[in-house]
Amino acid sequence: MKFKFLITLLSPLLICCKGTEKNSRNVAEISSERISINSEIIADQEIDEFIKPYQKHLNATLDSVLAYNPTLLSKNDGDLNTAIGNLMADVVMQQASPVIEKRSGRKIDIVLLNHGGIRSELPSGDITTRSAYNLMPFENEIVVAELTGAQLKEMLKYLEKAKTAHPISGIKIKANRDYKIREATIKGEKIDKNETYFVATSDYLFNGGDNMNFFRDPVNVYAADYKIRNALIDHFTKTDTIRAKIDDRYIRE
Amino acid sequence: MKRKDFIQNTAVATAFLGLGGLSTLSFKPETRRHITILHTNDVHSHIEPFGPEEGRNAGLGGVARRATLIEKIRQENPNTLLLDAGDIFQGTPYFNFYGGELEFKLMSKLKYDAATIGNHDFDNGIDGLYAQLPHADFDFIISNYDFKNTIMDGQTKDYRVFHKDGIKIGVFGLGIELQGLVNDKLYKETKYLDPVEMATEIGAKLKNEENCDLVICLSHLGYQYKGDKISDIKLARATSNIDLIIGGHTHTFLERPTVETNKKGNKVLVNQVGCYGLYLGRVDFFLDENKNIEADGVKIAID
Repeated sequence: MKFKFLITLLSPLLICCKGTEKNSRNVAEISSERISINSEIIADQEIDEFIKPYQKHLNATLDSVLAYNPTLLSKNDGDLNTAIGNLMADVVMQQASPVIEKRSGRKIDIVLLNHGGIRSELPSGDITTRSAYNLMPFENEIVVAELTGAQLKEMLKYLEKAKTAHPISGIKIKANRDYKIREATIKGEKIDKNETYFVATSDYLFNGGDNMNFFRDPVNVYAADYKIRNALIDHFTKTDTIRAKIDDRYIRE
Repeated sequence: MKRKDFIQNTAVATAFLGLGGLSTLSFKPETRRHITILHTNDVHSHIEPFGPEEGRNAGLGGVARRATLIEKIRQENPNTLLLDAGDIFQGTPYFNFYGGELEFKLMSKLKYDAATIGNHDFDNGIDGLYAQLPHADFDFIISNYDFKNTIMDGQTKDYRVFHKDGIKIGVFGLGIELQGLVNDKLYKETKYLDPVEMATEIGAKLKNEENCDLVICLSHLGYQYKGDKISDIKLARATSNIDLIIGGHTHTFLERPTVETNKKGNKVLVNQVGCYGLYLGRVDFFLDENKNIEADGVKIAID
Protein backbone atom coordinates (compact mmCIF):
# COMPACT_ATOMS: atom_id res chain seq x y z
CA MET A 1 0.00 0.00 0.00
CA LYS A 2 2.80 2.31 0.92
CA PHE A 3 4.50 1.60 -2.37
CA LYS A 4 1.45 2.38 -4.47
CA PHE A 5 1.08 5.67 -2.71
CA LEU A 6 4.60 6.64 -3.54
CA ILE A 7 4.15 5.83 -7.18
CA THR A 8 0.95 7.82 -7.46
CA LEU A 9 2.74 10.79 -6.12
CA LEU A 10 5.64 10.32 -8.47
CA SER A 11 3.68 9.68 -11.64
CA PRO A 12 2.85 13.22 -12.69
CA LEU A 13 6.35 14.30 -11.93
CA LEU A 14 7.88 11.68 -14.16
CA ILE A 15 5.51 12.37 -17.00
CA CYS A 16 6.30 16.04 -16.91
CA CYS A 17 10.01 15.42 -16.79
CA LYS A 18 10.07 13.02 -19.68
CA GLY A 19 7.78 15.17 -21.77
CA THR A 20 4.97 13.86 -23.90
CA GLU A 21 6.42 14.66 -27.31
CA LYS A 22 8.91 11.84 -26.98
CA ASN A 23 6.07 9.48 -26.23
CA SER A 24 8.40 6.60 -25.48
CA ARG A 25 7.08 3.43 -23.97
CA ASN A 26 8.60 1.15 -21.46
CA VAL A 27 8.92 -2.57 -21.65
CA ALA A 28 6.65 -4.00 -19.01
CA GLU A 29 7.03 -7.66 -19.73
CA ILE A 30 9.02 -9.92 -21.97
CA SER A 31 8.32 -13.55 -22.63
CA SER A 32 10.09 -15.94 -24.92
CA GLU A 33 9.74 -19.34 -26.45
CA ARG A 34 11.97 -21.61 -28.52
CA ILE A 35 9.74 -23.37 -31.00
CA SER A 36 10.85 -26.68 -32.45
CA ILE A 37 10.26 -27.07 -36.18
CA ASN A 38 9.15 -30.69 -36.25
CA SER A 39 6.73 -33.04 -38.01
CA GLU A 40 3.83 -31.80 -35.88
CA ILE A 41 3.82 -28.67 -38.04
CA ILE A 42 2.17 -29.19 -41.40
CA ALA A 43 4.28 -27.84 -44.25
CA ASP A 44 2.91 -24.80 -46.06
CA GLN A 45 1.71 -26.12 -49.39
CA GLU A 46 2.54 -23.05 -51.44
CA ILE A 47 6.11 -23.03 -50.17
CA ASP A 48 6.42 -26.76 -50.75
CA GLU A 49 5.24 -26.35 -54.35
CA PHE A 50 7.69 -23.51 -54.85
CA ILE A 51 10.62 -25.63 -53.70
CA LYS A 52 9.68 -28.67 -55.81
CA PRO A 53 11.15 -27.74 -59.20
CA TYR A 54 14.44 -26.78 -57.56
CA GLN A 55 14.41 -30.03 -55.60
CA LYS A 56 13.64 -32.08 -58.69
CA HIS A 57 16.44 -30.59 -60.71
CA LEU A 58 18.84 -30.90 -57.78
CA ASN A 59 18.01 -34.54 -57.16
CA ALA A 60 18.21 -35.40 -60.84
CA THR A 61 21.74 -33.98 -60.94
CA LEU A 62 22.84 -35.34 -57.57
CA ASP A 63 21.56 -38.83 -58.32
CA SER A 64 22.89 -39.10 -61.84
CA VAL A 65 25.33 -42.01 -61.96
CA LEU A 66 28.93 -41.03 -62.64
CA ALA A 67 30.88 -44.23 -61.96
CA TYR A 68 30.71 -47.69 -60.43
CA ASN A 69 32.34 -48.70 -57.15
CA PRO A 70 32.83 -52.49 -56.78
CA THR A 71 33.51 -52.54 -53.01
CA LEU A 72 32.59 -50.51 -49.95
CA LEU A 73 35.39 -48.10 -49.08
CA SER A 74 35.71 -46.95 -45.49
CA LYS A 75 38.33 -44.81 -43.79
CA ASN A 76 38.48 -47.32 -40.96
CA ASP A 77 39.86 -50.11 -43.15
CA GLY A 78 43.63 -49.97 -43.10
CA ASP A 79 46.45 -49.04 -40.75
CA LEU A 80 48.42 -46.09 -42.14
CA ASN A 81 46.81 -46.00 -45.55
CA THR A 82 43.23 -46.65 -46.56
CA ALA A 83 41.72 -47.34 -49.96
CA ILE A 84 39.38 -44.37 -49.72
CA GLY A 85 42.16 -42.03 -48.52
CA ASN A 86 44.46 -43.21 -51.30
CA LEU A 87 41.69 -42.57 -53.80
CA MET A 88 41.14 -39.02 -52.56
CA ALA A 89 44.83 -38.13 -52.43
CA ASP A 90 45.43 -39.64 -55.89
CA VAL A 91 42.45 -37.74 -57.31
CA VAL A 92 43.85 -34.45 -55.95
CA MET A 93 47.22 -35.31 -57.53
CA GLN A 94 45.78 -36.22 -60.94
CA GLN A 95 43.21 -33.46 -61.18
CA ALA A 96 45.14 -30.53 -59.72
CA SER A 97 48.64 -31.18 -61.03
CA PRO A 98 47.93 -29.97 -64.60
CA VAL A 99 46.27 -26.82 -63.19
CA ILE A 100 49.27 -26.05 -60.98
CA GLU A 101 51.74 -26.84 -63.75
CA LYS A 102 50.07 -24.25 -65.97
CA ARG A 103 50.37 -21.65 -63.24
CA SER A 104 53.81 -22.39 -61.88
CA GLY A 105 55.61 -24.52 -64.42
CA ARG A 106 55.95 -27.34 -61.89
CA LYS A 107 53.96 -30.45 -61.14
CA ILE A 108 52.67 -31.43 -57.72
CA ASP A 109 55.19 -33.68 -55.94
CA ILE A 110 53.10 -34.89 -53.06
CA VAL A 111 49.60 -34.64 -51.65
CA LEU A 112 48.67 -34.59 -47.98
CA LEU A 113 45.07 -34.50 -46.77
CA ASN A 114 43.61 -35.30 -43.35
CA HIS A 115 41.95 -38.51 -42.27
CA GLY A 116 39.22 -36.51 -40.51
CA GLY A 117 38.36 -34.86 -43.81
CA ILE A 118 36.98 -38.12 -45.21
CA ARG A 119 33.40 -37.41 -44.22
CA SER A 120 31.65 -40.59 -45.32
CA GLU A 121 32.09 -44.07 -46.68
CA LEU A 122 31.85 -44.77 -50.37
CA PRO A 123 29.29 -47.57 -50.63
CA SER A 124 29.58 -50.25 -53.27
CA GLY A 125 27.44 -49.71 -56.34
CA ASP A 126 26.64 -46.58 -58.31
CA ILE A 127 28.64 -43.48 -57.50
CA THR A 128 26.75 -40.23 -57.96
CA THR A 129 27.40 -36.53 -57.50
CA ARG A 130 25.68 -36.96 -54.14
CA SER A 131 28.43 -39.45 -53.16
CA ALA A 132 30.99 -36.70 -53.74
CA TYR A 133 28.96 -34.29 -51.60
CA ASN A 134 28.77 -36.87 -48.82
CA LEU A 135 32.48 -37.59 -49.02
CA MET A 136 33.38 -33.91 -49.13
CA PRO A 137 30.54 -31.67 -47.95
CA PHE A 138 32.85 -28.71 -47.31
CA GLU A 139 33.95 -26.12 -49.81
CA ASN A 140 37.66 -26.67 -49.25
CA GLU A 141 39.90 -25.83 -52.16
CA ILE A 142 43.16 -27.35 -53.22
CA VAL A 143 46.22 -25.23 -52.49
CA VAL A 144 49.83 -26.07 -53.21
CA ALA A 145 52.58 -25.07 -50.79
CA GLU A 146 56.15 -25.05 -51.97
CA LEU A 147 58.03 -26.45 -48.96
CA THR A 148 61.72 -26.95 -48.33
CA GLY A 149 63.20 -30.40 -47.66
CA ALA A 150 63.56 -29.32 -44.03
CA GLN A 151 59.88 -28.44 -43.84
CA LEU A 152 59.04 -31.86 -45.29
CA LYS A 153 60.99 -33.43 -42.42
CA GLU A 154 58.72 -31.46 -40.08
CA MET A 155 55.78 -32.96 -41.92
CA LEU A 156 57.18 -36.45 -41.35
CA LYS A 157 57.57 -35.70 -37.64
CA TYR A 158 53.94 -34.62 -37.59
CA LEU A 159 52.91 -37.92 -39.19
CA GLU A 160 54.98 -39.90 -36.68
CA LYS A 161 53.12 -38.23 -33.84
CA ALA A 162 49.72 -38.42 -35.51
CA LYS A 163 49.91 -42.22 -36.04
CA THR A 164 46.96 -41.74 -38.35
CA ALA A 165 46.19 -42.75 -41.92
CA HIS A 166 46.25 -39.20 -43.25
CA PRO A 167 45.78 -39.61 -47.01
CA ILE A 168 49.00 -39.13 -49.01
CA SER A 169 50.07 -39.45 -52.60
CA GLY A 170 53.45 -39.14 -54.38
CA ILE A 171 55.47 -40.04 -51.29
CA LYS A 172 56.35 -43.48 -49.94
CA ILE A 173 56.82 -43.81 -46.18
CA LYS A 174 58.08 -46.78 -44.19
CA ALA A 175 57.79 -46.68 -40.41
CA ASN A 176 58.77 -49.11 -37.70
CA ARG A 177 56.28 -50.74 -35.36
CA ASP A 178 56.27 -47.61 -33.17
CA TYR A 179 55.44 -45.33 -36.10
CA LYS A 180 59.00 -43.97 -36.21
CA ILE A 181 59.69 -43.17 -39.87
CA ARG A 182 62.61 -45.22 -41.28
CA GLU A 183 62.45 -44.14 -44.89
CA ALA A 184 60.62 -41.59 -46.99
CA THR A 185 61.04 -41.30 -50.75
CA ILE A 186 59.58 -39.11 -53.47
CA LYS A 187 59.76 -40.65 -56.96
CA GLY A 188 62.26 -43.16 -55.51
CA GLU A 189 64.58 -40.43 -54.20
CA LYS A 190 65.30 -39.48 -50.61
CA ILE A 191 64.15 -36.03 -49.47
CA ASP A 192 66.82 -33.44 -50.29
CA LYS A 193 67.22 -30.71 -47.69
CA ASN A 194 68.26 -28.22 -50.37
CA GLU A 195 65.34 -28.94 -52.68
CA THR A 196 61.84 -27.53 -52.57
CA TYR A 197 58.73 -29.67 -53.08
CA PHE A 198 55.22 -28.90 -54.25
CA VAL A 199 52.82 -30.18 -51.61
CA ALA A 200 49.11 -30.11 -52.44
CA THR A 201 46.65 -29.93 -49.56
CA SER A 202 43.35 -28.32 -48.64
CA ASP A 203 43.10 -24.64 -47.74
CA TYR A 204 41.81 -25.79 -44.34
CA LEU A 205 45.01 -27.68 -43.53
CA PHE A 206 47.20 -25.06 -45.15
CA ASN A 207 45.73 -22.46 -42.80
CA GLY A 208 46.68 -24.47 -39.72
CA GLY A 209 43.82 -26.95 -39.51
CA ASP A 210 44.66 -30.15 -37.56
CA ASN A 211 47.77 -28.33 -36.29
CA MET A 212 49.69 -28.91 -39.50
CA ASN A 213 52.08 -26.11 -38.60
CA PHE A 214 54.73 -27.11 -41.15
CA PHE A 215 52.61 -25.26 -43.73
CA ARG A 216 53.03 -22.03 -41.81
CA ASP A 217 56.00 -20.56 -43.65
CA PRO A 218 56.07 -21.88 -47.21
CA VAL A 219 58.51 -20.73 -49.89
CA ASN A 220 55.52 -20.09 -52.15
CA VAL A 221 51.79 -20.79 -52.31
CA TYR A 222 49.72 -21.53 -55.38
CA ALA A 223 45.93 -21.59 -55.27
CA ALA A 224 44.39 -24.14 -57.61
CA ASP A 225 40.96 -22.45 -57.34
CA TYR A 226 39.65 -25.98 -57.48
CA LYS A 227 37.40 -27.50 -54.85
CA ILE A 228 38.32 -30.96 -53.59
CA ARG A 229 34.72 -32.03 -54.17
CA ASN A 230 34.82 -30.83 -57.77
CA ALA A 231 38.06 -32.73 -58.30
CA LEU A 232 36.27 -35.86 -57.07
CA ILE A 233 33.25 -35.22 -59.30
CA ASP A 234 35.52 -34.63 -62.31
CA HIS A 235 37.39 -37.83 -61.58
CA PHE A 236 34.23 -39.90 -61.12
CA THR A 237 32.82 -38.46 -64.33
CA LYS A 238 35.70 -39.73 -66.42
CA THR A 239 36.08 -43.05 -64.57
CA ASP A 240 34.00 -46.11 -65.35
CA THR A 241 34.93 -48.37 -62.43
CA ILE A 242 36.67 -47.10 -59.33
CA ARG A 243 39.84 -49.00 -58.51
CA ALA A 244 40.97 -48.04 -55.03
CA LYS A 245 43.02 -50.18 -52.72
CA ILE A 246 45.24 -50.23 -49.69
CA ASP A 247 48.88 -50.34 -50.87
CA ASP A 248 52.41 -49.83 -49.57
CA ARG A 249 52.61 -46.01 -49.74
CA TYR A 250 52.57 -45.60 -45.96
CA ILE A 251 53.20 -48.70 -43.90
CA ARG A 252 54.56 -49.99 -40.59
CA GLU A 253 56.90 -52.93 -40.22
CA MET B 1 3.46 -26.95 -22.41
CA LYS B 2 3.16 -23.23 -21.69
CA ARG B 3 4.68 -23.31 -18.24
CA LYS B 4 6.23 -19.94 -17.50
CA ASP B 5 9.31 -19.34 -15.44
CA PHE B 6 9.74 -15.84 -14.22
CA ILE B 7 13.29 -14.64 -14.04
CA GLN B 8 13.83 -11.50 -12.08
CA ASN B 9 15.63 -10.14 -9.12
CA THR B 10 13.50 -9.98 -6.02
CA ALA B 11 13.53 -6.23 -5.39
CA VAL B 12 12.32 -5.68 -8.91
CA ALA B 13 9.65 -8.31 -8.48
CA THR B 14 8.04 -6.38 -5.68
CA ALA B 15 8.18 -3.18 -7.67
CA PHE B 16 6.55 -4.80 -10.64
CA LEU B 17 3.74 -6.35 -8.67
CA GLY B 18 3.00 -2.96 -7.12
CA LEU B 19 2.90 -1.25 -10.45
CA GLY B 20 0.94 -4.00 -12.08
CA GLY B 21 -1.80 -3.55 -9.54
CA LEU B 22 -1.79 0.16 -10.05
CA SER B 23 -1.89 0.12 -13.81
CA THR B 24 -5.04 -1.98 -13.89
CA LEU B 25 -6.71 0.73 -11.83
CA SER B 26 -5.36 3.75 -13.63
CA PHE B 27 -5.02 2.80 -17.28
CA LYS B 28 -7.15 1.16 -19.89
CA PRO B 29 -5.95 -2.33 -20.72
CA GLU B 30 -5.68 -1.56 -24.46
CA THR B 31 -2.82 0.82 -23.84
CA ARG B 32 -0.57 -2.21 -23.50
CA ARG B 33 1.14 -2.95 -26.82
CA HIS B 34 2.40 -6.33 -27.87
CA ILE B 35 5.35 -6.79 -30.26
CA THR B 36 6.48 -10.25 -31.34
CA ILE B 37 10.02 -10.84 -32.59
CA LEU B 38 10.63 -14.07 -34.50
CA HIS B 39 14.14 -15.05 -35.43
CA THR B 40 16.41 -17.59 -37.08
CA ASN B 41 20.19 -17.82 -37.53
CA ASP B 42 22.69 -20.01 -39.37
CA VAL B 43 20.03 -21.72 -41.46
CA HIS B 44 22.84 -22.67 -43.88
CA SER B 45 20.73 -23.48 -46.93
CA HIS B 46 18.62 -26.04 -45.08
CA ILE B 47 15.53 -25.90 -47.25
CA GLU B 48 14.14 -29.39 -46.70
CA PRO B 49 13.69 -31.06 -43.30
CA PHE B 50 16.46 -33.46 -42.28
CA GLY B 51 15.89 -37.01 -43.54
CA PRO B 52 14.89 -39.87 -41.23
CA GLU B 53 18.45 -41.18 -41.01
CA GLU B 54 20.24 -37.92 -40.39
CA GLY B 55 21.25 -38.45 -36.78
CA ARG B 56 20.09 -36.16 -34.00
CA ASN B 57 18.45 -33.71 -36.41
CA ALA B 58 16.39 -36.43 -38.14
CA GLY B 59 12.94 -35.22 -39.12
CA LEU B 60 13.53 -31.65 -37.94
CA GLY B 61 13.59 -28.30 -39.71
CA GLY B 62 12.25 -27.36 -43.14
CA VAL B 63 11.30 -23.99 -44.60
CA ALA B 64 7.73 -24.96 -45.54
CA ARG B 65 6.97 -25.90 -41.93
CA ARG B 66 8.58 -22.70 -40.70
CA ALA B 67 6.25 -20.82 -43.07
CA THR B 68 3.17 -22.42 -41.45
CA LEU B 69 4.38 -21.56 -37.97
CA ILE B 70 5.23 -17.95 -38.82
CA GLU B 71 1.88 -17.43 -40.52
CA LYS B 72 0.04 -18.76 -37.46
CA ILE B 73 1.94 -16.41 -35.15
CA ARG B 74 1.33 -13.45 -37.48
CA GLN B 75 -2.39 -14.18 -37.38
CA GLU B 76 -2.28 -14.13 -33.59
CA ASN B 77 -0.24 -10.94 -33.55
CA PRO B 78 0.14 -8.90 -36.74
CA ASN B 79 2.71 -6.74 -34.94
CA THR B 80 5.45 -9.22 -35.63
CA LEU B 81 8.97 -8.79 -36.98
CA LEU B 82 10.82 -11.69 -38.60
CA LEU B 83 14.62 -11.44 -38.50
CA ASP B 84 17.66 -13.54 -39.41
CA ALA B 85 21.16 -13.24 -37.94
CA GLY B 86 23.20 -14.41 -40.92
CA ASP B 87 24.83 -17.46 -42.49
CA ILE B 88 21.87 -17.97 -44.74
CA PHE B 89 24.16 -19.60 -47.31
CA GLN B 90 26.20 -22.79 -47.47
CA GLY B 91 25.49 -26.22 -46.08
CA THR B 92 23.42 -28.13 -48.61
CA PRO B 93 23.74 -28.62 -52.39
CA TYR B 94 20.90 -26.09 -52.83
CA PHE B 95 23.52 -23.42 -52.28
CA ASN B 96 26.09 -25.02 -54.56
CA PHE B 97 23.54 -25.43 -57.31
CA TYR B 98 21.58 -22.20 -57.11
CA GLY B 99 24.01 -19.86 -55.36
CA GLY B 100 21.55 -18.73 -52.68
CA GLU B 101 18.72 -17.78 -55.03
CA LEU B 102 16.26 -20.19 -53.43
CA GLU B 103 17.21 -19.19 -49.88
CA PHE B 104 16.53 -15.50 -50.60
CA LYS B 105 13.34 -16.21 -52.56
CA LEU B 106 11.94 -18.32 -49.75
CA MET B 107 12.87 -15.77 -47.08
CA SER B 108 11.05 -13.18 -49.18
CA LYS B 109 7.99 -15.43 -49.40
CA LEU B 110 8.11 -15.90 -45.63
CA LYS B 111 8.20 -12.07 -45.43
CA TYR B 112 11.42 -11.69 -43.50
CA ASP B 113 11.80 -8.05 -42.46
CA ALA B 114 15.59 -8.03 -42.26
CA ALA B 115 18.74 -10.09 -42.03
CA THR B 116 22.34 -9.42 -41.22
CA ILE B 117 25.32 -10.89 -43.08
CA GLY B 118 27.28 -13.89 -41.83
CA ASN B 119 30.76 -15.01 -42.85
CA HIS B 120 29.39 -17.86 -44.99
CA ASP B 121 27.29 -15.41 -46.96
CA PHE B 122 30.60 -14.53 -48.66
CA ASP B 123 31.21 -18.15 -49.73
CA ASN B 124 30.52 -17.38 -53.39
CA GLY B 125 32.48 -14.17 -53.02
CA ILE B 126 31.10 -10.70 -52.44
CA ASP B 127 30.05 -10.78 -56.11
CA GLY B 128 28.11 -13.99 -55.46
CA LEU B 129 26.24 -12.30 -52.62
CA TYR B 130 25.55 -9.20 -54.70
CA ALA B 131 24.24 -11.31 -57.58
CA GLN B 132 21.54 -12.80 -55.33
CA LEU B 133 20.29 -9.49 -53.90
CA PRO B 134 17.54 -9.06 -56.52
CA HIS B 135 15.91 -12.20 -55.05
CA ALA B 136 15.67 -10.68 -51.56
CA ASP B 137 12.63 -8.51 -50.70
CA PHE B 138 14.06 -7.72 -47.30
CA ASP B 139 16.84 -5.49 -46.01
CA PHE B 140 20.38 -6.47 -45.20
CA ILE B 141 21.29 -4.60 -42.07
CA ILE B 142 24.92 -4.37 -41.03
CA SER B 143 26.72 -1.39 -39.54
CA ASN B 144 30.31 -2.54 -39.04
CA TYR B 145 31.20 -3.67 -42.56
CA ASP B 146 32.39 -0.78 -44.68
CA PHE B 147 31.57 -1.83 -48.24
CA LYS B 148 32.64 1.48 -49.81
CA ASN B 149 35.26 -0.05 -52.11
CA THR B 150 33.17 -3.08 -53.04
CA ILE B 151 30.24 -3.95 -55.25
CA MET B 152 28.04 -4.09 -52.11
CA ASP B 153 28.40 -0.33 -51.57
CA GLY B 154 24.96 1.13 -50.91
CA GLN B 155 23.25 -2.27 -50.79
CA THR B 156 23.01 -2.56 -47.02
CA LYS B 157 21.70 -0.37 -44.21
CA ASP B 158 23.38 0.44 -40.90
CA TYR B 159 20.01 0.24 -39.19
CA ARG B 160 16.30 0.46 -39.81
CA VAL B 161 13.41 1.67 -37.73
CA PHE B 162 10.24 -0.43 -37.97
CA HIS B 163 6.87 0.95 -36.87
CA LYS B 164 4.46 -1.57 -35.41
CA ASP B 165 1.28 -0.51 -33.61
CA GLY B 166 2.81 2.86 -32.76
CA ILE B 167 5.92 1.24 -31.37
CA LYS B 168 9.29 2.15 -32.88
CA ILE B 169 11.67 -0.76 -33.17
CA GLY B 170 15.24 0.04 -34.13
CA VAL B 171 17.18 -2.84 -35.69
CA PHE B 172 20.89 -2.65 -36.43
CA GLY B 173 23.36 -5.32 -37.50
CA LEU B 174 26.87 -6.45 -36.60
CA GLY B 175 29.14 -8.84 -38.50
CA ILE B 176 32.11 -10.91 -37.40
CA GLU B 177 35.73 -10.08 -38.30
CA LEU B 178 36.33 -11.70 -41.67
CA GLN B 179 40.12 -11.76 -41.73
CA GLY B 180 41.36 -15.25 -40.95
CA LEU B 181 37.83 -16.64 -41.17
CA VAL B 182 37.05 -16.00 -44.82
CA ASN B 183 39.50 -16.04 -47.70
CA ASP B 184 40.26 -12.39 -48.52
CA LYS B 185 39.69 -13.11 -52.19
CA LEU B 186 36.04 -13.59 -51.26
CA TYR B 187 35.32 -10.48 -49.17
CA LYS B 188 37.73 -8.28 -51.14
CA GLU B 189 37.96 -4.75 -49.71
CA THR B 190 35.21 -5.08 -47.12
CA LYS B 191 36.46 -3.23 -44.04
CA TYR B 192 35.62 -4.52 -40.59
CA LEU B 193 34.81 -1.80 -38.07
CA ASP B 194 34.84 -2.19 -34.29
CA PRO B 195 31.46 -3.67 -33.29
CA VAL B 196 31.35 -2.13 -29.80
CA GLU B 197 32.02 1.35 -31.20
CA MET B 198 29.35 0.94 -33.86
CA ALA B 199 26.85 -0.51 -31.39
CA THR B 200 27.48 2.39 -29.00
CA GLU B 201 27.04 4.99 -31.73
CA ILE B 202 24.01 3.46 -33.41
CA GLY B 203 22.39 2.31 -30.18
CA ALA B 204 22.47 5.89 -28.89
CA LYS B 205 21.15 7.21 -32.19
CA LEU B 206 18.25 4.75 -32.18
CA LYS B 207 17.28 5.42 -28.55
CA ASN B 208 17.88 9.17 -28.38
CA GLU B 209 17.44 10.56 -31.89
CA GLU B 210 15.06 8.08 -33.49
CA ASN B 211 13.26 7.65 -30.14
CA CYS B 212 12.97 3.91 -30.53
CA ASP B 213 11.03 2.03 -27.87
CA LEU B 214 12.99 -1.13 -28.56
CA VAL B 215 16.50 -1.59 -29.90
CA ILE B 216 17.44 -4.94 -31.41
CA CYS B 217 20.91 -5.93 -32.52
CA LEU B 218 21.17 -8.61 -35.21
CA SER B 219 24.60 -10.05 -34.59
CA HIS B 220 26.80 -12.62 -36.27
CA LEU B 221 29.60 -12.12 -33.72
CA GLY B 222 28.98 -15.40 -31.88
CA TYR B 223 27.54 -16.08 -28.44
CA GLN B 224 30.67 -16.37 -26.27
CA TYR B 225 34.39 -17.21 -26.54
CA LYS B 226 37.08 -18.18 -24.08
CA GLY B 227 39.52 -15.44 -25.10
CA ASP B 228 39.16 -11.71 -25.67
CA LYS B 229 37.24 -12.05 -28.92
CA ILE B 230 34.14 -9.89 -29.00
CA SER B 231 30.91 -11.85 -28.54
CA ASP B 232 27.24 -11.18 -27.94
CA ILE B 233 27.71 -11.55 -24.19
CA LYS B 234 30.62 -9.09 -24.20
CA LEU B 235 28.69 -6.72 -26.46
CA ALA B 236 25.67 -6.79 -24.13
CA ARG B 237 27.83 -5.80 -21.16
CA ALA B 238 29.87 -3.18 -23.01
CA THR B 239 26.99 -1.14 -24.48
CA SER B 240 24.02 0.85 -23.18
CA ASN B 241 21.01 0.96 -25.45
CA ILE B 242 20.30 -2.57 -26.68
CA ASP B 243 17.24 -4.45 -25.45
CA LEU B 244 17.73 -7.68 -27.39
CA ILE B 245 20.67 -9.23 -29.20
CA ILE B 246 19.71 -11.88 -31.72
CA GLY B 247 22.90 -13.82 -32.33
CA GLY B 248 24.40 -16.41 -34.63
CA HIS B 249 27.68 -17.92 -35.85
CA THR B 250 28.45 -20.20 -32.89
CA HIS B 251 25.39 -22.42 -33.53
CA THR B 252 24.48 -22.03 -29.85
CA PHE B 253 21.22 -23.71 -28.90
CA LEU B 254 19.76 -21.53 -26.14
CA GLU B 255 16.59 -22.86 -24.57
CA ARG B 256 15.84 -19.36 -23.36
CA PRO B 257 17.54 -15.98 -23.75
CA THR B 258 20.46 -15.18 -21.50
CA VAL B 259 19.81 -12.10 -19.39
CA GLU B 260 22.84 -9.81 -19.16
CA THR B 261 23.29 -6.40 -17.56
CA ASN B 262 24.48 -3.54 -19.71
CA LYS B 263 26.81 -0.64 -18.91
CA LYS B 264 23.93 1.39 -17.47
CA GLY B 265 22.71 -1.48 -15.32
CA ASN B 266 19.75 -2.30 -17.53
CA LYS B 267 18.81 -5.78 -18.66
CA VAL B 268 19.74 -7.05 -22.13
CA LEU B 269 18.50 -10.30 -23.58
CA VAL B 270 20.84 -12.41 -25.72
CA ASN B 271 19.22 -15.13 -27.77
CA GLN B 272 20.30 -17.64 -30.44
CA VAL B 273 18.49 -20.69 -31.81
CA GLY B 274 21.29 -23.03 -32.88
CA CYS B 275 21.28 -23.61 -36.62
CA TYR B 276 19.77 -25.21 -39.74
CA GLY B 277 16.25 -23.90 -39.12
CA LEU B 278 15.65 -26.53 -36.44
CA TYR B 279 14.02 -23.93 -34.23
CA LEU B 280 12.26 -20.61 -34.51
CA GLY B 281 13.09 -18.13 -31.77
CA ARG B 282 10.27 -16.01 -30.36
CA VAL B 283 10.49 -13.06 -28.00
CA ASP B 284 7.35 -11.13 -27.03
CA PHE B 285 7.59 -7.60 -25.69
CA PHE B 286 4.65 -6.04 -23.85
CA LEU B 287 4.98 -2.30 -23.61
CA ASP B 288 3.09 -0.15 -21.15
CA GLU B 289 2.28 3.50 -21.46
CA ASN B 290 2.91 3.75 -17.76
CA LYS B 291 6.03 5.82 -17.80
CA ASN B 292 7.07 5.24 -14.24
CA ILE B 293 8.06 1.63 -14.70
CA GLU B 294 11.79 1.80 -14.57
CA ALA B 295 13.87 -0.26 -16.91
CA ASP B 296 14.83 -2.42 -14.00
CA GLY B 297 11.21 -3.31 -13.48
CA VAL B 298 11.19 -5.48 -16.57
CA LYS B 299 9.57 -8.77 -15.86
CA ILE B 300 11.09 -11.50 -17.92
CA ALA B 301 8.91 -14.51 -18.35
CA ILE B 302 10.34 -17.39 -20.25
CA ASP B 303 8.35 -20.27 -21.60
